[in-house]
Amino acid sequence: MAHIPLNTKQIDRLKQLAKEIADQVQTFISRHSSVSVERTILRLYGVDGVDSERTPLSNKIIDKLKKKSRIKSGVSRFFAGAMLASGRDVQTTAELIDQGKIELDDLSRFSHADILEKEKELAQKAAAALDETRKKKQEKLKKYPSPQQPWRYLIVATGNIYEDRIQAKAAVSAGADVIAVIRSTAQSLLDYVPYGPTTEGFAGTFATQANFKIMRQALDEVSEKEGRYIRLVNYSSGLCMAEIAACAALEDLDILLNDSMYGILFRDINMKRTFIDQYFSRLICSRAKIIINTGEDNYLTTSDAIENAYTVTASQLINEAMAQKALLTADLLGLGHAFEIDPKIENAFLYELAHAQLARQLFPKVPLKYMPPTKYKSTDIFYSHCIDTLFNLASITTEQGIHLAGILTEAIHTPHMQDRYQALCSVNYVFNVARELGKEIEFRKDGFIAKRAQQVLDEVEPFLEKIKEIGLMEAIAQGKFANIRRPVDGGKGLEGVFEKAVDYSNPVMEQLEQEGGIHG
Amino acid sequence: MGEEMIKPYGDTLNDGMVQLSFTLPVENSSRAKKAAEIYVSRLNFEDVSVVHARKIADNFTYFVVYARAIPILDYSTVKAPEFKIKPMDFYEINEIIKIKLHRPLTVVGATIGSDAHTVGIDAIINMKGYDQDYGLERYPEINAYNMGAQVPCEELLEKAIDVEADVILISQTVTKKNAHIRNFSEFIKLLEEKNLKSRFLLIAGGPGISNDLALRLGYDAGFGPETRPSQVASFIVTKITEQKSAKRKYDGDPP
Repeated sequence: MAHIPLNTKQIDRLKQLAKEIADQVQTFISRHSSVSVERTILRLYGVDGVDSERTPLSNKIIDKLKKKSRIKSGVSRFFAGAMLASGRDVQTTAELIDQGKIELDDLSRFSHADILEKEKELAQKAAAALDETRKKKQEKLKKYPSPQQPWRYLIVATGNIYEDRIQAKAAVSAGADVIAVIRSTAQSLLDYVPYGPTTEGFAGTFATQANFKIMRQALDEVSEKEGRYIRLVNYSSGLCMAEIAACAALEDLDILLNDSMYGILFRDINMKRTFIDQYFSRLICSRAKIIINTGEDNYLTTSDAIENAYTVTASQLINEAMAQKALLTADLLGLGHAFEIDPKIENAFLYELAHAQLARQLFPKVPLKYMPPTKYKSTDIFYSHCIDTLFNLASITTEQGIHLAGILTEAIHTPHMQDRYQALCSVNYVFNVARELGKEIEFRKDGFIAKRAQQVLDEVEPFLEKIKEIGLMEAIAQGKFANIRRPVDGGKGLEGVFEKAVDYSNPVMEQLEQEGGIHG
Repeated sequence: MGEEMIKPYGDTLNDGMVQLSFTLPVENSSRAKKAAEIYVSRLNFEDVSVVHARKIADNFTYFVVYARAIPILDYSTVKAPEFKIKPMDFYEINEIIKIKLHRPLTVVGATIGSDAHTVGIDAIINMKGYDQDYGLERYPEINAYNMGAQVPCEELLEKAIDVEADVILISQTVTKKNAHIRNFSEFIKLLEEKNLKSRFLLIAGGPGISNDLALRLGYDAGFGPETRPSQVASFIVTKITEQKSAKRKYDGDPP
């Protein structure tokens, strides 16, 4: 493997700093919950469906609990009580609560031990559902082998899930290994998960459990036809991180965009809400073996890719530390970065190689997510195609994990079918002709690339020290990432955050935490 | 004025040579290639040559075609509103604001509607700018506010009133189903309802925007892809200093 000589003691120090930063945040997280975490518990217990106004049942029940000022105790015990009261299945019980036929907060009829027993039963079923999806995926991977990395990741974004299915199959036949269904613009700001199959969206398709199912089924068919396992991606950032993780797990998705800070910085979602939600969503991903993709690539779209390269590395370290808290194993950690340096800069490609190789060596076991150039893409599609070709070369040389194919029409529109085909022509060509180039390369000890990688590390260290000193929340408030300032109590979704009461319970979280990460 | 007849240029004047690429929803076959040839000839091309045909999915074939365009155009009849604005650099722009306006200019920008892309508005406003050209935030004589993406029209207007903005910049990246046109028009409608249309200099930007389109939608200017912040700033200072001198004539402001 290509190699840059790096200071391993310094790397240990950086990882320790990141861990301490994550520890601080975790102390906050463990004392709080949010409406979306509570809705996720209901979904994992098996509550599904919407009312005639298309409001999800899980939202309605949590709203009821909030109105009764009982949310601080968590929904779990009340729902368990309602189950005992109804003597019926989960969905019927939820409907009876919604119809007002069962009082959600009336626990006096049942003993503490009976409620606890019921909660345990519900949580075990939830964990079993997550185990089931993991096993299903493992079975499929035995049948259709996983393609070798870097996986070729292509997006579809028609707004209509049925049209997306056609586009996805076409991309797979041209060589795609991973299909991402881009979400409709602004879905991240919805405080509920839309329902059912959808055919209208804005620059993307709504992430709904039904849409997940439709696309996963299409990809199963095409995996069979192509003889390789095709992974399905969706996006969980926003106000429903954990709920989307639950829906994704229930429909056997493989990868979720799930960054600990992306929503805060780029969607102005409150940071407390995001930190709380990302933790539970990542616990779910860990149990269901969903790879998370983090969003560091986005930093470079608002700040300079050379000047601020250290913020990408720092964020990767923090994302890793926080993911480890949520029990994600290295094989599930798609840490992000990007090829976004201004092509007018002399030796820009050497900088890119240095950054990509640095990420590879800092996180040797993770499937790094490598994002193509976007900022300097030209509306001259032929020139843009050339830039992508060099991106492909950097990716194969530094053995990246998940390769988001650059598209020649990036600066113009969401890709047409032929755009994906042409993008894949370049990817396939470069990956084939340079497959083992990385194995042949050792970077000169005092050369440009080694020095540049070391320089980034040297910038990361004082940066992480500073964050540790002021805390991650304050660092974000001061605009330390992506040059974007977000106040601790600003942004959307803060009203859905609450401190846990002494009698709070989330038995799903407890069980997942206690049983630990799943290896192998 | 004489006629100026033009056609696309390949390697000889008026050869009409055009390259095309497109996909047809049919299986690749001799018949598919013939269909591509006939289709292109119906677009007013001759000497159609289908140089490449490839299956890119079940029932879809991708073509690269060369052909000679038949129509010829009299260039002397073509009109398009072009900026008659002298391009100025960072220093000249600041200097003019200082000397002619005696106060800083205030600019508010946002991506409105459901569009989540900040790339356009960031390129123009953020400190860093675009392509080695500083963003408006960096101009000492400009107070620039970048409100980011997904900003409701009402919120943008409120902010503009609040900070007494001279200029409102609106960016739209998503053009699917003409979402950008709808959003741009919605803002104009709001201004008209509140009778504030003439209060601000209004600038539209985005990959689907031309100056011509922006003018038709009721904006003072439109900037397309690859626009540098200094181009926008040059337009702003030129227009605002013009307005000021026009106003002075009527109001009899002291110089």
